[in-house]
Amino acid sequence: MSDETRESLITDEMRAQVGVESEPTTLEVDKTSVRMFARAVGYTDPVYYDEEAARAAGYRGLPAPAGYLGTPVHDPNRRAGRTAQLSMEPRRPLKRMLNGGTDVEYLADICAGDVLTSTSAVASVEERQGRLGEMLITTTKTTYRNERGETVAIMTGTGIRY
Amino acid sequence: MGATWDEVHEGMEIPTLTKNCSTQQLVYWAAGSGDFYQIHYDHDFARATGLDNIIVHGALKHAFLGQLLHDWVGNEGGIKRVGCSYRGMDYPDRDIRCRGVVTRKYEENGERLADLEIWTENAEGQRTTPGTATVRLP
Repeated sequence: MSDETRESLITDEMRAQVGVESEPTTLEVDKTSVRMFARAVGYTDPVYYDEEAARAAGYRGLPAPAGYLGTPVHDPNRRAGRTAQLSMEPRRPLKRMLNGGTDVEYLADICAGDVLTSTSAVASVEERQGRLGEMLITTTKTTYRNERGETVAIMTGTGIRY
Repeated sequence: MGATWDEVHEGMEIPTLTKNCSTQQLVYWAAGSGDFYQIHYDHDFARATGLDNIIVHGALKHAFLGQLLHDWVGNEGGIKRVGCSYRGMDYPDRDIRCRGVVTRKYEENGERLADLEIWTENAEGQRTTPGTATVRLP
């Protein structure tokens, strides 16, 4: 079957989803989670563990290491949130998913004690024929704001379904 | 002390950060990041999905590249952007070398900045996580 005769994987519903902002998620940045993240990566800089060292280096509190954008407040009575890109069903079912990449832009410091609010939206949906067969490539943009309303980070994630 | 504006030049390579994840570190990362997908710590589960082995989380390699930059610029500098693509899989107990080269040095809006090409490479020298970054220098 040639590509021309196949209908696009991307449905009208999926196209309509592009740019639609999600409900906000609350994420907490606390001392324990900063230390745990830093330890998991393998940081040895004391600013991620010792509050005095963090203040001496000019931070308000323990700074969030690159890649740490808070921990979502867990609600056992809410079903695990499906990301915007997974809630869209392509025309033909795709079973597998890969994380294609992560890009984070930092606009202000994030420190322990901050409570962030994130909203995300699908930025683009593309389809491609690759070595894995039919692939759907979705980019999702998530914006993180602190309690003062400042945008602190923008994350762009690429998901690949095949 | 981290890197300073005067010593940075285009084309320079920054100090390599070598990682080698134990399975314990992957479990620690699962807890620290909240990513509990079993292909990263459960051998049988990973095999059932067609993988030969458990694999290192892509986001952990993104975080390694963040550490590479932090270790270089220190707390007087800062990270403005880190982006990477997950092109190849990495496995526990194998070296993952995180490297970077300065591609541009410039001033913008009163800040002294450097753009870098960054990547992780495996023991065979394959770039499994290529990316780019921008840092602020003191």
